[in-house]
Amino acid sequence: MIGGPKNFVLRLLLIAVFLAVWEAVVRLFEIPLFILPTPSSVFTALYRGIASSLYVDHVWITLTETLLGFVLGTSLAFVFGTVIALSRPVEYFLYPFVVMFQSMPKVALAPLIIVWFGLGLTSKVVNAALVAFFPLMVNTIVGLRSAEEDKVNLMKSLAASRTQIFWMLQLPNAMPYIFAGLEIAMIFALIGAIVAEFVGAQAGLGMLIQSMNFTMDVAGQFSVLLLLSLLGLLLNGIVTGVRRRVLFWDASQKFDAESAKKEAV
Amino acid sequence: MDATARETAPIARDVIAIRNLSKTYGRADGVVALSDIDCTVADGEFLSIVGPSGCGKSTLLKILAGLLSPTGGEALLNGTPIEGPRKDIGVVFQSAVLFPWRSVLGNVLLPVDVQQLGREKMNQRALDLLALVGLTGFEHRYPWELSGGMQQRVALVRALIHDPAILLMDEPFGALDAMTREAMNVELQRIWMERRKTVVFITHSTSEAVFLADRVMVMTPRPGKIGDMFEVDLPRPRTLDIMTTEKFGVYVRRIRNALNAGGGLE
Repeated sequence: MIGGPKNFVLRLLLIAVFLAVWEAVVRLFEIPLFILPTPSSVFTALYRGIASSLYVDHVWITLTETLLGFVLGTSLAFVFGTVIALSRPVEYFLYPFVVMFQSMPKVALAPLIIVWFGLGLTSKVVNAALVAFFPLMVNTIVGLRSAEEDKVNLMKSLAASRTQIFWMLQLPNAMPYIFAGLEIAMIFALIGAIVAEFVGAQAGLGMLIQSMNFTMDVAGQFSVLLLLSLLGLLLNGIVTGVRRRVLFWDASQKFDAESAKKEAV
Repeated sequence: MDATARETAPIARDVIAIRNLSKTYGRADGVVALSDIDCTVADGEFLSIVGPSGCGKSTLLKILAGLLSPTGGEALLNGTPIEGPRKDIGVVFQSAVLFPWRSVLGNVLLPVDVQQLGREKMNQRALDLLALVGLTGFEHRYPWELSGGMQQRVALVRALIHDPAILLMDEPFGALDAMTREAMNVELQRIWMERRKTVVFITHSTSEAVFLADRVMVMTPRPGKIGDMFEVDLPRPRTLDIMTTEKFGVYVRRIRNALNAGGGLE
């Protein structure tokens, strides 16, 4: 069986072997550090960055931008998605804009956003929100419309109002779609924030990568990339953690909920 | 009230009265689903409707539930026309249609929430009804933890919780296996005898129709019309053994012939 303590050790071993081979190759072939740094130099850079509290400040800034952008983007996406899903006229007039905007690579807007909102926090939040907006809006629309006909008929046969059908059926029924959208939106918000920092910023992990690039500090860049992937993992973990609590009833994840229950016992 | 008293007593009133009812889908020259349906259902009566697929029996049920409006004629419930969903109707569909995010008790209380009848008042009634169908102890389970038959029992209790004037059942046991289905038939009869609801029960199965009903209405397709009506004069409570008796077999055969004559079983 996959999983289990024996395989976990094997997995750690595999990572250790990978890092050892990497270290050996760089040293053996004398690859310059500014092309490919050794793992040991990356970890040294990471340690130094964290110890000097340099990274902590930048992580904090990128995290703030990402979370604010996520909240702003997904709130707007939920409102727009709901209105579009519930009203055919609104959909008819609004959807062309939505489709046009959706097919545009949003990161290409980052330079404009910097011009409009400056080098500070606002432009990063706006860019993160913009990128996080679409996956959730589309999923909200699809989710709200996914209620089965029988369930809608049941509600109607009880003389339920439209508002009741929305709150008691459509919204809970859409939650699996909404959480799938939130998961994507969270990672997209991080990408949006980093891209905006690339284009113009005074702080943040994206800015840090770029300034390290100018000074040829490749080991430093690797260490920030490592930090970014950990940040992404953490943010994703928050969303999936909430989802597991809210969507305990969802068939697609019921299986791991049940096995989790057994493990807890 | 027991069965014999009911049989001798004159029928007080018709709960459902259907007059010249017709339904055409689409425009005037569209598909005629129902044509000139005339029928009444008495208070506390159990009416079964049998017919092949496409005979319009589901359409008829949806009109009674207020989910569709007829294109001609009218359907009256306690004297007033059915012109849209009403609060005094309970519906059981072919599938249980339970909300997976609600517990068994939560699903049963759905009509209470929708019609704002007050959960505190209705909670005990919900528990009593769940006990009636043998689901005590399952109140806080979730639908996915129940078997198909248990889910359909929850759906039945949900349809009864707000004490509707009529119970409409659209092939409620069609998706269950044969053994569970027979057990559910016995159980439904027991609940009906205890609660005396007016029931309109749609089914594909002639034996299920005969087993449960006071009267069996045969519908014929294209367009949906009423064929023959059969009074089922078998003593209650009926047990599953009754299905092997001569009299039961005669009813089933006569209904099957009526279905054949109507072009039902092609």
